[in-house]
Amino acid sequence: MKLSRQQVEHVAWLARLGLSEAEIEKFAVELSNILENFEILNQVDTADVPPATHAVPLQSVFREDQSSPSYPQSDVLANAPKKEESCFKVKPVLE
Amino acid sequence: MNKLCQLTIHEAHELLKRREISSVELTKATLERIAEVEDKIHACVTVTGDMALKQAEEADGCIRNGNITPLAGVPVLIKDVICTKGIRTTCSSKMLENFVPPYDATVIGKLKTQKAVILGKGNMDEFAMGSSTEHSAFFPTHNPWNLGYVPGGSSGGPAAAVAGDEAIYAIGSDTGGSIRQPAGFCGVVGLKPTYGRVSRFGLVAFASSLDQIGPIVKDATDCALVMNAIAGYDSMDSTSVDYPVPNYVSYLKGDLKGLRIGIPREYFVEGMQSGVKSALEIAIKKLKELGAEIDWEVSLPSTKYALAVYYIVAPSEASANLARYDGVKYGFSEQDAGSVIEATEKTRQFGFGTEVKRRIMLGTYALSAGYYDAYYLKAQKVRTLIKQEYEQAFEKCDALVTPTSPTVAFKLGEKLEDPMQMYLSDVCTLPINIAGIPAISVPAGFVDGLPIGMQIMGKPFNEETLLHIAFAYEQATEWHKSKPEI
Repeated sequence: MKLSRQQVEHVAWLARLGLSEAEIEKFAVELSNILENFEILNQVDTADVPPATHAVPLQSVFREDQSSPSYPQSDVLANAPKKEESCFKVKPVLE
Repeated sequence: MNKLCQLTIHEAHELLKRREISSVELTKATLERIAEVEDKIHACVTVTGDMALKQAEEADGCIRNGNITPLAGVPVLIKDVICTKGIRTTCSSKMLENFVPPYDATVIGKLKTQKAVILGKGNMDEFAMGSSTEHSAFFPTHNPWNLGYVPGGSSGGPAAAVAGDEAIYAIGSDTGGSIRQPAGFCGVVGLKPTYGRVSRFGLVAFASSLDQIGPIVKDATDCALVMNAIAGYDSMDSTSVDYPVPNYVSYLKGDLKGLRIGIPREYFVEGMQSGVKSALEIAIKKLKELGAEIDWEVSLPSTKYALAVYYIVAPSEASANLARYDGVKYGFSEQDAGSVIEATEKTRQFGFGTEVKRRIMLGTYALSAGYYDAYYLKAQKVRTLIKQEYEQAFEKCDALVTPTSPTVAFKLGEKLEDPMQMYLSDVCTLPINIAGIPAISVPAGFVDGLPIGMQIMGKPFNEETLLHIAFAYEQATEWHKSKPEI
């Protein structure tokens, strides 16, 4: 499985990950090499094998819906790169 | 060097209890040791000396009032992937370089309840992705046994700190070997508990079905003491399991009569360093002398698929977990961009390092339309087979013994440009995370002055048997007492 430049760019777009020209070329080669190593799994017959979802078989975990104090707004906003009043500030999403 | 920094937890505890030393003295000795060797080892991202001394004074106050717990007043280094309220938690990434968590992880809360003294935060591969700590965005950590070699990873800072006596013990995290492999490379003890045994609340997520927090310590007794403190159900982590926590210390016995230990043959094959193989053979002989029955006929044939399964599942989960780093709520943010999407792309381009990007790309590809069945679903099916083989092996064995990694520590820079070679250094440890079972690495000898780790794997929620075997082996050997000259 060789990854094309277009595929690398498409995957980077899906991940919202900006890549430099050099990174695109580097990853095309490296990821192809890594994916080749994954082909070993084609040797395994898994027709009747259920997929594992978790390491430990846990049923759906429920709890009572109880209210409890949340973190103070100032604490939650303390790490925000940009904020205004009590909000995180982002670029406009609507033109 | 003030010798106090060389103490184990249980030795320090005895001296504190008898009031022969104070926590302030012990903490000062450790901080002095950090000042002495840190420019050679580079184990710490952040050292919180003033805060530590204040915590030590508080611990001394409690001890004076006759109120002493096993970890009270003993200094610990925390891997920088575990949230500490008011202390920056960077994951050794530019993305979180200035992130100060508003809360403590559950394990930190438990340590504070015991009046532990937090020295600071340990270096690691960025977001715990790596096997050498060279992927730290800040600086690589050096192996105390030979400064030209890697300490392993991703918990390389914590393991090197414990080996170099910069901390009495440390807390790490293990997704594919990140506690055990560096413990093996640095000649200390490291335990990855059963998935669900220790709360992950406050652990910055890498691969949520594989991540687990555990101790990096100087011997089996210390490991039992730390597990007593951190294990148990937590309502804040819905994957933690409500299963009774035993007193692990009560299982530390010197003989192994009645235990059956299996040696899975797939772990003793190609690529294994001859010195590691012969050291393991000697160690297994020792286990037999201690009374264990050795079963050489154990086979885990799907082991050869574990690396591929791991490097599909872990990056897939990572690509989802790391989607949260968008430069809006916290962390690095690049806003010099036209649109909100472009700002996100630039934030992630400049905030993440190469290995993190590589894994996000790999995981996003494996989960993308048209490839999900071929990669992620296929890997999860093979994961079932790997788990089943371990279950079968544990029907006739109480524990399995393998090397922790196929070689001892490698040179700094040696594998940095070859990701597949780097991934292969975890080949003995990552099947454990895939199966969700516990495993411990204990010192078992040296090759050319570099430590060898022996890995002991156990049944789910049966950490006590691993600690029992580790303790008995320690009583019969001296490896864990060796100290590097720095």
